[in-house]
Amino acid sequence: MIREYTAPSVRRRKSRVRWTIHLFPIPALIIYGLFVLYPILAALSYSFFEWKGMARGDFIGFQNFVTLFTTEPYGSMFWNAFKHNVLYFVVQMIVMNGLAFFLAFIIYQKIKGAEFFKAAFFLPRLLSVIVVGFLWKLILNPNFGTLNVILEKLGLETLQKAWLGDPNTALIAIILVNCWFGLGFGVLIFLAGFQGIPSELVEAAKLDGAKGFTLLRTIYLPLMVPSIMIMGILTFIQSFEAFELVYAMQGSMGEPYYSTDTLAVFFYRLAFGSSTASGATAIGLGSALATVLFLFILVCTTLFLRFTNKKNVQM
Amino acid sequence: MKQGAIWVRPFYYLVVFTVATISLYPILLMILSSFKKSVDIYKNPLGLPTSFSLDTYRTLLAKIPFTTYFLNSLFVSIVSVILIVVVCSLAAFYIARFKFSWNHALFFIFLLGMMIPIKLGIVPLFILMRDLGLINSLWSLILMNMATSIPLSMLILTGFFKTMPYELEEAARIDGAGNLRVLWHVMLPLMRPALGTVVIINFIASWNDFFFPLIFITEKMKRTIPVGMMSLFGEHSADWGSLFAGLTLASLPMILLFFIASKQFMEGLTAGAIK
Repeated sequence: MIREYTAPSVRRRKSRVRWTIHLFPIPALIIYGLFVLYPILAALSYSFFEWKGMARGDFIGFQNFVTLFTTEPYGSMFWNAFKHNVLYFVVQMIVMNGLAFFLAFIIYQKIKGAEFFKAAFFLPRLLSVIVVGFLWKLILNPNFGTLNVILEKLGLETLQKAWLGDPNTALIAIILVNCWFGLGFGVLIFLAGFQGIPSELVEAAKLDGAKGFTLLRTIYLPLMVPSIMIMGILTFIQSFEAFELVYAMQGSMGEPYYSTDTLAVFFYRLAFGSSTASGATAIGLGSALATVLFLFILVCTTLFLRFTNKKNVQM
Repeated sequence: MKQGAIWVRPFYYLVVFTVATISLYPILLMILSSFKKSVDIYKNPLGLPTSFSLDTYRTLLAKIPFTTYFLNSLFVSIVSVILIVVVCSLAAFYIARFKFSWNHALFFIFLLGMMIPIKLGIVPLFILMRDLGLINSLWSLILMNMATSIPLSMLILTGFFKTMPYELEEAARIDGAGNLRVLWHVMLPLMRPALGTVVIINFIASWNDFFFPLIFITEKMKRTIPVGMMSLFGEHSADWGSLFAGLTLASLPMILLFFIASKQFMEGLTAGAIK
């Protein structure tokens, strides 16, 4: 994502440019510093203080972190939510990105109506996540929801379920809704990747007799590493930030019985309290959670970038 | 491919048709159901509406101040986009067209924002907005839209600024044009494709943003559409007809814009990732 800085070789005589030029980046810097850099750094520092409501108390070192991991129900809530985030990532990588890769490959084969299909896959991405959540909540409704009605029409009544009410299916249903939402974006990224492959390479490999799976393994996959990497990182960050869809469909408690809880939803409960149960906020614990999550995302993405960069070099 | 088996192409079409159906059907269902009375939805959820009636929309508008939500969303999105374009053009112009020793670092800091899960900073943000007196003000949303848009917008605009020829700028400077005039009269008119991309991605993001209005806006008449939907579903969840009508109205502007400029939308939303 972060491209090498390649400034054109310009010999600019600075004397001709008025000093006022240095005012140009100031507005962006102020807004970005105040509303992006400051809050994230402040959140890190908050985790080392005691909090009473929205008022900051004494410096207490790592106490919030210790409480978060060793006191019930926080400890088990953390790992419960963490597992769900991991599942979120894994399922999205396999189902959404796998399918997106395949669809992009098909469109790359110059099928008829490619533009229509691209637009069709992409359309859900334009809806607000909240609209997506509510729309699917209606579709998955056990009584009047479209999915169960369709199953009934097909004679598959045995498969009918209260999709979002059953702890066994609720989380996977939400993740699949997220796949529905993000699929088209993946298709476009992968398609751009395929279209960036020099056609001579593919032709040469074909002349050498490569086809089907061999062609995929030796030409397409290695050359698609950058796109796969981009989608991997974006999916990773988005999976570990997952909040809106769960909140819209299952509320701030990750109903039923925290079976759809994610770290960001847990964080929201700690920071702002939940509508039901114990309404007390715990800013210290919330900030500790934010710190852990932030560092986790940062470390993983950095390692991931390094790892894939090395792989790139090896080819 | 030429040597591929005869079933390959039909199989491809089968796959794209199936997935396209899954992608489009829920949206189509949403729009069609919005014209049905709730009773018809319960009785006949899949069929076409028997008669197109706008009753659901009338009920919806009577239940919630949708027009206010719509205008709030419109105000936030338009002001955000204009300010984003102004602020980011200025900064990107500085970073891309000059070689001050700190520009490299500055650009890196701006891009770093892509890796920052800003939602995790919501507590300090809430306290900050409270201290600035911006809770329940649409400006809190505009400021957040601007701040979160900066990394991607900077990436797109800086990349584009670098491709512009220097001769034009030189000529204008020899004619005595200052920095602002060079940017406004020489650069920006040539930047339309990049500006279009920035406008589109940020308009979608601002229009659909849910998280920040959820936290910063508690007053009913200050809500934007996504949070308005939240209350609609919380308070009137029994009347499916008007629920579908609400979802349709919330999405319609984006869907219509997409029909007008689908290519720009798709290029815009993927622009940052591909570069």
